[in-house]
Amino acid sequence: MNRSASSTTDVVDKQSHPMSDLLRMDRMPHIWCSGCGLGTTLTCFIMAVRESGIDEKKIAVVSGIGCSGRVAGYINLDSFHTTHGRAIPFATGLALANPELRVVVYSGDGDLVAIGGNHFIHAARRNMDILVICVNNFNYGMTGGQAGPTTPVSARATTAPYGNYEYPFNIPYLSIASGATYVARWTALHMRRLKNSIAEALPKKGFRVIEIICPCPTAFARRNRLGTGLDLMKYYHDNSIIKHGADPREADIGMTGKIIVGKFLDIERPTFRDFLVENVWPKIGRK
Amino acid sequence: MKLWRKPLDADTVKVPRGRIYIIKDQCKGCGFCVQYCPRNVLELSQEFNKKGYHPPVAAREEDCVSCGLCELICPEFAIYAELVEEEKQKDSQETQKAEV
Amino acid sequence: MAEDRRVLTGEHFMSGDHACAEGGLAAGCSFFAGYPITPSTEIAERMSERLPEVGGMFIQMEDELGSMNAILGAAWGGWKSMTCTSGPGFSLMMENLGLGIVLETPTVLVNIQRGGPSTGLPTLPGQADMMQARWGSHGDYEIIALAPNSPQEIFDLTVRAFNLAEEFRTPVLVMSDECVGHMTEKVVIPPKDELEITPRRYTKKKPGEYLPFDFGEDEIPEMVTAGDGYRIHITGLTHDRRGYPVINAEAQDWMVRHLINKILKNKHRIIQLEEINLSDAEVVLVSYGISSRVAHRAMDLAREDGIKAGMLRLITVWPFCDEKIRELAERVKAFVTVEMNMGQVALEVERCACGKAGTYLVPHAGGEVHNPDDIYQVIKEAAK
Ligand code: SF4
Ligand code: SF4
Ligand code: SF4
Repeated sequence: MNRSASSTTDVVDKQSHPMSDLLRMDRMPHIWCSGCGLGTTLTCFIMAVRESGIDEKKIAVVSGIGCSGRVAGYINLDSFHTTHGRAIPFATGLALANPELRVVVYSGDGDLVAIGGNHFIHAARRNMDILVICVNNFNYGMTGGQAGPTTPVSARATTAPYGNYEYPFNIPYLSIASGATYVARWTALHMRRLKNSIAEALPKKGFRVIEIICPCPTAFARRNRLGTGLDLMKYYHDNSIIKHGADPREADIGMTGKIIVGKFLDIERPTFRDFLVENVWPKIGRK
Repeated sequence: MKLWRKPLDADTVKVPRGRIYIIKDQCKGCGFCVQYCPRNVLELSQEFNKKGYHPPVAAREEDCVSCGLCELICPEFAIYAELVEEEKQKDSQETQKAEV
Repeated sequence: MAEDRRVLTGEHFMSGDHACAEGGLAAGCSFFAGYPITPSTEIAERMSERLPEVGGMFIQMEDELGSMNAILGAAWGGWKSMTCTSGPGFSLMMENLGLGIVLETPTVLVNIQRGGPSTGLPTLPGQADMMQARWGSHGDYEIIALAPNSPQEIFDLTVRAFNLAEEFRTPVLVMSDECVGHMTEKVVIPPKDELEITPRRYTKKKPGEYLPFDFGEDEIPEMVTAGDGYRIHITGLTHDRRGYPVINAEAQDWMVRHLINKILKNKHRIIQLEEINLSDAEVVLVSYGISSRVAHRAMDLAREDGIKAGMLRLITVWPFCDEKIRELAERVKAFVTVEMNMGQVALEVERCACGKAGTYLVPHAGGEVHNPDDIYQVIKEAAK
């Protein structure tokens, strides 16, 4: 610890950072680019874990593949870095086998709603006890910026050199239509609201989705001349509209225009486990 | 509207003060903290860190209210503030929350 | 009531698929995730009925990719887990079989083989996934695969598959076939206390001391469960003993050699063979699963005609019994491999025989078992 050091001139030990106990500091600095918002989403997650008061031993993080998938490797909780798109089914097994665990899937848009899209909608349909944190940066960052399931129409990507001509998923709408019970969207700039949202969703049951709009300066912004990570944060500042309970059908994201953020849904409905325990087990005399 | 209670120490209350710690070699110079510090405490320095980025410097540390926003926004876990308890202060103050 | 329903001690008239499910339950399986596919569906059906009775959980997933991942997750959640599949479903499971191997996760995958490629022959048998079992996921690794030839043996080998999975902290394959899966025969389930069950090898180390991929002489790391306070990180990336990703050739060499050594160093504990009439044999039939029963008939025909035929039945197909084939090659005239495919395990026999004995195959594309006469003709040819 080096807290007494004068900040501007002396070297400050990274272990002194207040979040260091929830990070694998031996792996810092992380691989994310300068101006990438992923680290910001992780600080919010860590603060939310603290605020939730949940026993840290009982929180497990499962990630897929991609820049966002690396979260599992940095968070100092039980953490599983699985294959591309498969975090949700892995988390399904984990959550069912060990109901004491709060299972969080932390991954990216391409991982969760393209290659993992089928798992996503079915886990939502079953109302599985999983909190999904979906970091949406509108492209496949780690592999150099290919178009993905959330790339806005006309945006450029390495596999959309003439502009994307596919219609993207609207993640809150997809989540709600599939059966999720808690759905919110924030940008990486809404740190406190995002943190509060995670802290609120973490102890709840069922399939919960928090989408985080996040700057990817290296791949998405560069190819679309959107500037630096900071420029994107400024864009979020100027163009986000907080609207709780908004109709998710209005929450599409384009290359220009407003980004609707807020809590779209927060309801209760029996989870996969609830249904089993309440309706199936009594039939066979199991408590 | 009448205040239900007049603060006894209204004259001597000070805003909480923060001390800033920067883990320079972990910074990637994104400028988030500089841009969004509500008290405009930070500036990017001219110095280069190990990775060739300009880490911030607390140019006006005396203005820091230890709101914690820089810690929350920094994607690199490279900056944090600590509340400094001033002896003159009678009560510890509620941390002022900045919001974006 | 839950636990005493686990082992259905007694004599049953039972299909192979149901016996497989009972084997899993008897071995301590508490979690099954699967996707219906002929001819393995009856295993899932049986599990959906039986698991809730014994305190476990059944989930029908959206596909085989999800099924394979869910059983890995359940294993790290502290349960013994399994899945079953056939045909195209086995192909879909290959991706995350690889994850299971790299995460060194104990679990069991049963393949009730049908005819392929593609949708192939959903209701008819095949044994053409044997090389896929060995090499189907990308990258270098060793796998354990067992091949039962009767409903009784699928019960026994499913129990053994769970035991090997725990002993070696790895996924284990049960490579059966449609004939065994759908055949109904007598199955004797022993009393619970007569079953040998390998418990999970949990570490005694404390958090902070434990590394998820650390091991001793035998190359087998110990296990923990998520939620026990170890704060493990495990990844499908090439990693070190801590489970941290390391992306370079040195780490790759360490990890891949370890995954291979873990199985090969312990081959003697894994390989199980049945030797029939081998002491004086000149022609050795090499077979497994349902084909071994037909090959047995052909061997009897040959013996009746005075040909000294014997049989090596592979109960464990992978890792392959190189040493046994080499030893036999020194003293027998020829090997005749009988399998319901166009030559898969036959390639291994040929490799190990190394030209010291003849190697013959009775090719069969699947859909029905061999005609014993066809095998007999090849035995005659080999005996010349
Ligand atoms: S490529 Fe994009 S998403 Fe990935 S670390 Fe860099 S900025 Fe972040
Ligand atoms: S703690 Fe708040 S006021 Fe102090 S430097 Fe950080 S952002 Fe600025
Ligand atoms: S937010 Fe962090 S990384 Fe960015 S400039 Fe400030 S200290 Fe450096």
